[in-house]
Amino acid sequence: MDIHEHQAKNILATFGVPIPAGHLAFSPEQAAYNCRRLGGGSCVVKAQVHSGGRGEAGGVKLCKDEQDVREFATRLLGTALVTRQSGAGGKPVHRLWVEAVTDIAREIYLGFVLDRKSERIMIVASGHGGMEIEELAESDPDSLVRMVIDPAAGLVEFQARELAFKLDLTGSQIGDFVNTLRACYRAYRDLDAMMVEINPLAITGSGELVALDAKMSFDTNALYRRPDILGLRDTGQEDSREATAADNGLAYVGLDGDIGCIINGAGLAMATMDMIKLAGGEPANFLDIGGGASPERVVTAFRVVMTDPNVRVILVNIFAGINRCDWIAEGVVQAYRTLDLKLPVVVRLSGTNVAEGRQIIETSGLPLVSADTLADAATAAFKASSQQGKGG
Amino acid sequence: MAILIDSQTRVLVQGMSGRIGKFHSQLMIEYGTNVVGGVTPGRGGETVLDRPVFNTVRDAVNSTRATASLLFVPPAFAADAMMEAADAGIRTCVCVADGIPAQDMMRVKRYLKRYPKERKMRLIGPNCAGIISPGKGFMGIMPPEIYQLGRVGIVGRSGTLGYEAASQMQSLGIGVSSSIGIGGDPINGSSFRDILELFEADDETDAIMMIGEIGGPQEAEAADYVRDRMRKPVIAYVAGLSAPKGRKMGHAGAIISAFGESAQEKVAILQDAGIAVAPNPSLMGQTVADVVNRLAQKTS
Repeated sequence: MDIHEHQAKNILATFGVPIPAGHLAFSPEQAAYNCRRLGGGSCVVKAQVHSGGRGEAGGVKLCKDEQDVREFATRLLGTALVTRQSGAGGKPVHRLWVEAVTDIAREIYLGFVLDRKSERIMIVASGHGGMEIEELAESDPDSLVRMVIDPAAGLVEFQARELAFKLDLTGSQIGDFVNTLRACYRAYRDLDAMMVEINPLAITGSGELVALDAKMSFDTNALYRRPDILGLRDTGQEDSREATAADNGLAYVGLDGDIGCIINGAGLAMATMDMIKLAGGEPANFLDIGGGASPERVVTAFRVVMTDPNVRVILVNIFAGINRCDWIAEGVVQAYRTLDLKLPVVVRLSGTNVAEGRQIIETSGLPLVSADTLADAATAAFKASSQQGKGG
Repeated sequence: MAILIDSQTRVLVQGMSGRIGKFHSQLMIEYGTNVVGGVTPGRGGETVLDRPVFNTVRDAVNSTRATASLLFVPPAFAADAMMEAADAGIRTCVCVADGIPAQDMMRVKRYLKRYPKERKMRLIGPNCAGIISPGKGFMGIMPPEIYQLGRVGIVGRSGTLGYEAASQMQSLGIGVSSSIGIGGDPINGSSFRDILELFEADDETDAIMMIGEIGGPQEAEAADYVRDRMRKPVIAYVAGLSAPKGRKMGHAGAIISAFGESAQEKVAILQDAGIAVAPNPSLMGQTVADVVNRLAQKTS
């Protein structure tokens, strides 16, 4: 789960990371007032959206006074900001962060991630901050310094100092950097984060460290024990279909094709999408209905898939272990009737109670296409989608 | 003797008194698995499915001499149950639960290092379907009838895709020595490499089907191991050719976040190591058949 920049900054500040003075605004008036609170002169106004690349997309501006802030806020609030990470639809801008201007002498990149190789938290840092980490990894891989943290000991000070020297910090910056690192690590560990990123961590003209931008994302599996973090969720920034699906216990990822997919198991779902692609088609989505799916959950899955207007065909592929093919089949029939579906549905059932399931599909009197194998199902779905395409 | 479980393995079920634990324990017993007892804190002294229930894993191990444990414990309590099993001397622990916090798994992996090699617990999963040695026994939630007894080992991240492979193999008359689900989480107990090592040493396994997916470094690590250390042939499939970068595809671990983690890159890495990769998921069984047939010709 992602949160906004201002939320991440406030969290990190409570752990001891220095951040510039700033205030949140939901309206142009409030933004102008915040500018006045910061002294009334120049300040930085930043669109709060869950996406990187805001600056180059026009979501960040160095404003010279209150009037400038008001104009920029009026122009930005209520629009969708399209960045290179946001997708074509962009992300809605409903809040702005108005921040004091920092005199930047140097920029450092600092990130904390879960390293899957060591299965530990890893620090990634570079003396050349300001760029996205992906760009840094391509353009300047030698500048990246990595350090793995032993969960039993935590981040030990000598490690942090070592990193400070590798980044060519001097004098009081070393102690300040060690404190910032330890604060980030504690925030990561104590709040079940999956990522903490400060980019850039600026060194000011007078030699102080300050976090100019911050990102945090959290482990969704741990949100049950982090109610305060869950409270920071902004559903307006999420894809509404993915959010609806998640709230109903379904894993859904929207894609660009026209063959809707309802499958059990993440691996089988990915494999089925691969099969569709190889048959010549394009999947409209990834959807895993999970184990022990009731007919009702199948109907919900259809509802979620049908919210995508590009879907022309639906492919249901179930290999039942703890699922039951008869329940799935009942759900398919119910969905077809209650949602008044007009499009072709290809159903492939295998595993637990498969005979009962197929019987339900075949005696339903509905135009459901039964398929025996994964390959048959993908081919049938592609054929149906291209026929639908021709018919308009 | 197949790997990790056979008909002699004495199996405990942590969480056997619950609805799901009881249901699957019943299926395991009907299949012939040697389930010797259950553990449910506070329910010690009771009996479930004619097996004794204990308060602690240590009590259960002392009374039943169990060496393996299957966890039907909710994700919030799973890490604790794993560490309890490790401390009580369990050698093989299987966890099917999906949704365990990543930092809990970090702690568990660190905890397992406390024990010397000869009594260190092997953890399988979490977020997996379990393990089965056909005709001998199983620990997990898979439909056992799709696994025909034979000499090909299966190791995979995804449960249902593993079923798909086993049933394709069954329809071609190819049987399985053991099938091991290592799970779809970013931090898991055993890696592909760990399981390949066991299959390489198993005299009832001739070849191994390895089913990977996008995300993480474990397929690449396995490729190195196959190339440098293995004599038995490995067949592979990697799911997620059409998965977009940076999106989590159902499994917590199925996300392309670094170089070498996409399906295309993994396929290339595996092929470079001399592994036969099934070109699509409906040809997993056929690709295994081709390799097994070539093997038979060579030895005859």
